[in-house]
Amino acid sequence: MEFLSYFGGVFEPVALLLLIGGTMGGLILGATPGLSPTMAVALLIPFTFHLSPTQGLILLGAAYTSTVAGGAVTAILLKIPGAPANIATALDGNKMAKQGHGARALHLSFLASGFGGVIGVLILIFLTPILAVWALAFGPSHLFWMAILGVTVIGSLDSKSFVKGLLSGCIGLWLSMIGYDDIQGAQRFIFADALTGGINIIAALIGLFAIPQVLEMIAKGRFAASVEAITVPKQRIMDSFRELTQNIRSLSIGTVVGSIVGLIPGVGGQIAGLVAYDQARKFSPHRDKFGTGHPEGVIAAESANNAMVGPSLVPLLTLSIPGSPTAAVLLGGLLINGIFPGSDLFENHPQVAWTFINSMLVGQILMVIFGIYTAAWAARIARVPTPIMAAAVLVLAVFGSYSVQQSMGDVYVMLALGVGMFFLERFGFSAAPLVLGLILGPIAEANFIQGSMIADAQSGPWQYFLTGTLNLFLVALVVLSVAYSFRSNKARNPATKPSRGVAT
Amino acid sequence: MKKLIATLAISVLASTITWSAAGADENYPERPVSVMVSYGAGGATDFQARIVTMVAGNEEYLGQPIVIINKPGAGGRVGWNWFASNADPDGYTLAAYNVPHFIAQSIKGGVKYSVDSFEPIANWGSDPAVVVVSKDSQFNSMKDLLDHAKANPGKVTMSGAGLFVGHHIAALQIGKASGAKLAYIPTKGGGAAAMKAVIAGDVMAGINNLSDAYRARQSGNVKILGVADLERNTEFLPDVPTLKEQGLDVDNSSVNFRGLMVPKGTPKAIIDKLAASVPEMFANKRVAKQMNAGGSPMKIIGRDEVKKMWAARQASLTELLKGL
Repeated sequence: MEFLSYFGGVFEPVALLLLIGGTMGGLILGATPGLSPTMAVALLIPFTFHLSPTQGLILLGAAYTSTVAGGAVTAILLKIPGAPANIATALDGNKMAKQGHGARALHLSFLASGFGGVIGVLILIFLTPILAVWALAFGPSHLFWMAILGVTVIGSLDSKSFVKGLLSGCIGLWLSMIGYDDIQGAQRFIFADALTGGINIIAALIGLFAIPQVLEMIAKGRFAASVEAITVPKQRIMDSFRELTQNIRSLSIGTVVGSIVGLIPGVGGQIAGLVAYDQARKFSPHRDKFGTGHPEGVIAAESANNAMVGPSLVPLLTLSIPGSPTAAVLLGGLLINGIFPGSDLFENHPQVAWTFINSMLVGQILMVIFGIYTAAWAARIARVPTPIMAAAVLVLAVFGSYSVQQSMGDVYVMLALGVGMFFLERFGFSAAPLVLGLILGPIAEANFIQGSMIADAQSGPWQYFLTGTLNLFLVALVVLSVAYSFRSNKARNPATKPSRGVAT
Repeated sequence: MKKLIATLAISVLASTITWSAAGADENYPERPVSVMVSYGAGGATDFQARIVTMVAGNEEYLGQPIVIINKPGAGGRVGWNWFASNADPDGYTLAAYNVPHFIAQSIKGGVKYSVDSFEPIANWGSDPAVVVVSKDSQFNSMKDLLDHAKANPGKVTMSGAGLFVGHHIAALQIGKASGAKLAYIPTKGGGAAAMKAVIAGDVMAGINNLSDAYRARQSGNVKILGVADLERNTEFLPDVPTLKEQGLDVDNSSVNFRGLMVPKGTPKAIIDKLAASVPEMFANKRVAKQMNAGGSPMKIIGRDEVKKMWAARQASLTELLKGL
């Protein structure tokens, strides 16, 4: 209960102002496409030069917390996930917004984020020593199986056809191979300068989700000049709250999955939302409604990506190893103030450490309040006429992909992928499995190659990848997941006709 | 009317161009200067670049703020390729260099730059590579480690941050000097991932940055067996012997030097101005304090010395990487 005695530090005038400013700013940065949580925190580092260590960390902690949740705003309203963490939110959230339930989706997303986030920080407070060991337990072989577990989800994610899901996943895996391979030094599929560093995940996200939408709007506008009038019903916060309590199952699945996945260095944030979404669907009695604007999908995804925030700092705070890119930036913020994370932090600077952690706890709650406050008018975006909307989204997409690393190359990649995706969607393929392939490809590949290099020096690949409790457990999960997909696929199409046309 | 406006516009445009061309070099810098860092936000290079440039806006240095732009990817190749081929040589786009990384990459080929594509301004830091093992490791010196490696050729795994970076060069040099066969395991997540592999016991040993290893040792997670530099680091690790002291012929080729450079073709007046004011900016007291707080060893070297250092690395690395 040591942390309680440091709560005072959070409520000092300057600290509280920074916390409020950081949270509001974070929501706005998070809602800007292209500005991922990592970027937002990096942008704030120079400001911390002028603050005391505690104040600086409060600002960074608040910004980290709220940018993750802020990404949900564009994911829901415009179907542009600001960061990989918000992909799963876009799947059901945007459908809800199109049906006029944008405010409800935003309410649910912020409430779920807040709930998951608070639990995540509490896990960080109470279980850090135990979890530090767990974070180290994942070596290359385990990360490889984790990624394969993710691959097994691809087929059933947001696609009507299992085969098409797998195919778009394969396209994603192939795209992930483009660029310079860090481990073996090979150059693959680099035809243009912009591709030397591979496909930037943020630019790809924006392109794959936003551009098909823009083209869709333009195409629709040509045939139906009349503007669709969507009524946006008022949403009372108590109703949203009640709805959240009715969906305890997906909320707890999201929180648990987010916390566990968040711990694993190098995998965490990017896939927490997607894995939670998939699990929530598998356990839900309404699994057919997922993907059609079902609130459970939003709740699971958003509770997971904020639950991940607390545990993702465990390796950093205990072992001084940043487990995610954002944690790496936070490490910089600590170092600038002469604070070394690790045992030193809690022993010699408990004031800094606990105030930082407490501020994330308070930040989660502030984020819910500000988020809900903005939801009411943000949802009106659904009433913006289509032509204006198309132009605005296009501008945001170009701006967002350029700002990732000030590179026009990323903008071209974004546009090319987007146009490609528009045509793929016509044939019933969808963007989510493709992005999942793009994210998982490098994780699976790097860890497989690294693992086999270590295995070659030791006992050989079979023994390295297939012995040990954790390996066997993960392999069992992979087998189960594949078996489940086959069963549910069979149940859905009892007599799959092999000779169906392509464009069904 | 149209014609009049057009003539007017052209003459205004022309006068601005001539005016700016005439005054450019003396008044430099007239607007904020950007520094391209070819590694991601939060990495050691990015973090240090932000610290050493934070006082640029002071009148006695540049008088204009410096903005950091990150262009990460492919171990730095993306950023340096861009810098060599796209950056304007007007003094408003600088870049951070990492030696030996960019020199080793240019020797291996497949990139658009070499030492001749850039002009150094000044060096701010040097981060030597060190050999680390986990705290429970059976090895307590380089001799223990290398004896084991000789008895079990190819069985000793060693992590490091990628190919043709300082860590890889150090591993190559250790292998060459001792005759032991080591399995070098490059990681994808940079130095942090390589350190995690050592602490978690995924690999038997690792090469890492002195600053990161110092921090990990402070947390009680690793032992540091040796420093790949010419002298011990008196500031952070006075008790750790160099590899040379332990009988290995390893020089400072793998030391990660960081500094600022401009593209070839930048006007000489601007280079001279930068070469005079930038080292003073690095020497600023506030900069030194924050660098020290973060455990980042500083080493300020002027332009002429850096030029010599680049040339020396080019020669030694060409020799080392031959036939690889």
